[in-house]
Amino acid sequence: MTDGAVTRGRRSFARRAVGAQSPVWRLDGVLLVAVAALCVIGTLLVWSSTRTWAPGATGLVKKHVLNLLIGTGLFVVTTAVDHRAMRAYSPLVYLLSVIGLVLVITPLGATINGSHSWILLGGGFAVQPSEFAKLGLTLMLAMLLAQPADSGERPRNLDVVIALVLSALTIGLVMAQPDLGTALVLGVIVVGALVISGVRKRWIALLGLAAGAGVFAVFAFQMLEPYQVARFTAFVDPGVDPRGVGYNSTQSLIAIGSGQVFGKGLFEGGQTTGRFVPEQHTDFIFTVAGEEFGFLGSVTIVLLLGVVLLRGLKIARRCDDRFGTLAAGTIVCWFAFQTFINIGMTIGIMPITGLPLPFVSYGGTATFANLIAVGLLQSIRIREQSFT
Amino acid sequence: MIRIRTRLFILHVLVLTLLVVLAVRLWQVQVVRGQEFVTRAAETRTRTVIVPAVRGQILDSSGRPLVRNQTSLVVSVDRTALLRTPDRGVGVLRKLGAVLGKPLKELQERIRPCGPTVSQPCWTGSPYQPVPIEEKANTREALQILERQEEFPGITAEIQSVRQYPLGRAGAQMLGYLQPVTEAELEKREGLKAAYSGVDLAGRDGLEQVYDEALRGKSGQRRVQVDRMGKPIGLEQEVRPVSGDHLITSIDAGLQEVTERALHRAMKSAPRADGGAAVVLDARTGRVLALASAPGYDPEIWAGGITAGAYQRLMSEKSGKPLVSRAINGQFAPGSTFKVSSVAAMLRAGYPIDGQYGCPGSYMVGDRAFNNFRGIGLGTLTLHTALVKSCDTIFYRAAYEQYLRDGGRNPKKTVKEVFANTARGFGFGSPTGVDLPGESAGRIPDRAWKKEMWTLTSATNCKRAQTGYPEVTDRARAEFLKRLAHENCTEGFVLRPGDSANFSIGQGDVLVTPLQLARAYAALVSDGKLRSPRIGWARVRPDGTVVETYDVPVVGKLPINEKERVYIKNALSEVASDGTAAGAFSGFPMDKVRIGGKTGTAEVWGKADTSWFASFAPTKNPRFVVVAMISQGGMGSQAAAPAVREIYEGIYGIKRPAVLPGGRPVDVLPVFRPDGTVARG
Repeated sequence: MTDGAVTRGRRSFARRAVGAQSPVWRLDGVLLVAVAALCVIGTLLVWSSTRTWAPGATGLVKKHVLNLLIGTGLFVVTTAVDHRAMRAYSPLVYLLSVIGLVLVITPLGATINGSHSWILLGGGFAVQPSEFAKLGLTLMLAMLLAQPADSGERPRNLDVVIALVLSALTIGLVMAQPDLGTALVLGVIVVGALVISGVRKRWIALLGLAAGAGVFAVFAFQMLEPYQVARFTAFVDPGVDPRGVGYNSTQSLIAIGSGQVFGKGLFEGGQTTGRFVPEQHTDFIFTVAGEEFGFLGSVTIVLLLGVVLLRGLKIARRCDDRFGTLAAGTIVCWFAFQTFINIGMTIGIMPITGLPLPFVSYGGTATFANLIAVGLLQSIRIREQSFT
Repeated sequence: MIRIRTRLFILHVLVLTLLVVLAVRLWQVQVVRGQEFVTRAAETRTRTVIVPAVRGQILDSSGRPLVRNQTSLVVSVDRTALLRTPDRGVGVLRKLGAVLGKPLKELQERIRPCGPTVSQPCWTGSPYQPVPIEEKANTREALQILERQEEFPGITAEIQSVRQYPLGRAGAQMLGYLQPVTEAELEKREGLKAAYSGVDLAGRDGLEQVYDEALRGKSGQRRVQVDRMGKPIGLEQEVRPVSGDHLITSIDAGLQEVTERALHRAMKSAPRADGGAAVVLDARTGRVLALASAPGYDPEIWAGGITAGAYQRLMSEKSGKPLVSRAINGQFAPGSTFKVSSVAAMLRAGYPIDGQYGCPGSYMVGDRAFNNFRGIGLGTLTLHTALVKSCDTIFYRAAYEQYLRDGGRNPKKTVKEVFANTARGFGFGSPTGVDLPGESAGRIPDRAWKKEMWTLTSATNCKRAQTGYPEVTDRARAEFLKRLAHENCTEGFVLRPGDSANFSIGQGDVLVTPLQLARAYAALVSDGKLRSPRIGWARVRPDGTVVETYDVPVVGKLPINEKERVYIKNALSEVASDGTAAGAFSGFPMDKVRIGGKTGTAEVWGKADTSWFASFAPTKNPRFVVVAMISQGGMGSQAAAPAVREIYEGIYGIKRPAVLPGGRPVDVLPVFRPDGTVARG
């Protein structure tokens, strides 16, 4: 977003914030509370899972809180900006995200924890452009597919083709990293946006066919890395090699299952303390919740995420402009897919994919992107006439 | 917009479905199967580490250690962890070899599990248990391994206690050695699994084996919480190990060393000697004061698994089988030392104790002349002189007469076999029951034995009597063997006259062990009671509390009365001063302490003679019995008697400091101070 947008947003926000008609009262309070609760729970879980090894015990949790604070700032700014203004700048956001993805492939990109998806900013900070790519693609698709609908029609075929080409560019760049998990999320975003936008069923059928062909190609031309094949094999049969590829899924099941109904209590999880589950503060953060907070705690997290998704859907439904509906609906698809895949892999119903749990996992860029997305939802919400 | 509403509704349903799926699955994992995962979590999170108990020491009669423990840094290899590395551990072992200065091949051999097709060097323990590979690592080596654990997966270095032998090679066969318990042993013995852990060693051979249960103690257990790298992060439960008890033996460390030296010198003095043994008994108690066997070996080679070369050397014929204790497993014809039994047999058969017996140079046994030593006749002798001068013909005659009385070649229904039965009365032909494993019984070649041998060998002999020996090139020899086979085939079961004559002077088929001979002499010179010798004296806790003392059981009585016993003993008392051993003992201060005994020179077909000397001292009220045997050592007075003399010089302090001052073995158990050290004196 540009300086102009920010200044304009701030000015209008300041003016409106004073009166009884203040848009602050029109925010979706339930969504706000659910996201805040998830962030607080996430902070506790990051703390619990990193205290045994992070520098100074609280090194990582402090950084996580800092990320959340920055994210909150981004959230406020996004909420303040009129989403219709955002629509105008969507191509720019998209372009920036693509440039970021290109930079990752250039020598500026860095590999952290085995995934080549980072740009180092110096001073110990790094960003993951692929997280912003979700946002950029969401806005771009919403803009493209909303255009004709303003006149009450289906998206034109040309728009669909352009949308597919731009999506392919983003997904292709992410696959080049390679980051299969994010590529899948982007795919879901594309499908979600197209379906919600009301394209003809034949497009949907075609997309389904393309997806099938893609999966076939991935296996037929052995485009998967051996570890990805192994993860899939381990998912189908975790007993294949419990100490090797099946290790992660076995250990995360043990951690979650051993939490039973009430959990062992914060900081009391032996599996967590012993670091039996890898990537506990990022992709496998849900195992910490499962072990230390038990069934009640983990179901609470599922419920809170459910609240976020359902509120998002409500915002999409009530919105009277196409862009808002599409953007909100696509964001729900994005969060829903990521939530289901992430929690699903920790409890053995999905194969292991490197995706963070929204609002809960440690990770700066993802936190920023998620909170901006929630900001977008709120921005859509407070400007809809139907809510008043 | 209607279309969009429909599609949003579908999305709504989809989201709700996914949420319900997650919740149901969480219910299943955490509530329904929760307990199962709690168990599995405990399994992955805790490791049970066996803490080996400190093994008890083996001490001599005054509390000096014969086997003690030394703490050292032991480097072990966990095979399971090693096999999980990409190259199945080769890289890690190569690096480890570089640190320890050992070739890769040696390390690989040491850690492979023993099996039907894999023999030493190999690992006899459980394949899931770390294999100790270096028992004496220095701190630098250990640190190199511990500080770079990521480069050495499955390799550990810990402080452990290992066996150490202050006397070096002395008494190695008697002390025995330790090896890991094998899987097979664990399976075989009920209750063993609980008592032994993977890291435990079991006593193999010697005192370590017999007193294993006492020495072993009880290993402890530590249940530790570990992280996913297996690094301990907390202690959950601990059962402390119980140290093993010490074994106090009647061995005197000083005397053992003197005995070993004497035996070693005797072996060196006889050019063809291929083995030897020396036994020192307390004649009054039947306790063993020293027990030596040559050739010996350094028992420390067993520590931490034996290397290929060392094991091959131990087992090879060339090294003379140093693992075999000649004192309890060496079976040799006893020669004239056996005559004490034969004199007793004559008295049993009714020959008068004060009679005069002719000792011609030669005596006809059946159709064959049996000669005295060098064919010299000694005139008419009493039995006393017959023993002192070691006349053979007197015994030939008596044995032949008894043979004929039993029916000769066609034995009566019930035979007396006085000579054989008297020998049994002296304890020959059956194990002494000493507290050492695998003792040999010796052999008494009577009629029953002959018959037994014949049934075992007649088939081959009868075939050879037909076919001859075409593979033997020397025609005369082949002819002789064929005739022998024929004879053995047709009448091998018959005790021939020559057999009985040979037996009476300890030649031919009769075999005894040095320990058997020693305890027979001990009975003869003390109280006529045959005892089962004991090395173990007491089992004491590490704090000195006596758990148990081991008595020396009386297992029999010599088949002679007191008068006859004293008569034989008195005759033997002159051998060292006036008889066959006079030369070996010339210059020995007999006025200070008088030595009695009997030499033995046993012929062995195709080999040099076995040299024996069985002795006791002092002749009046004897305290010690010393027996020495040198296989292929020549005459008794040549190799064995000088060795025995050297042992006595050590005991009584002649030309050197006395190891048993006053000529008395220690007769009270050592006293331990509260800190576990021994208070002497």
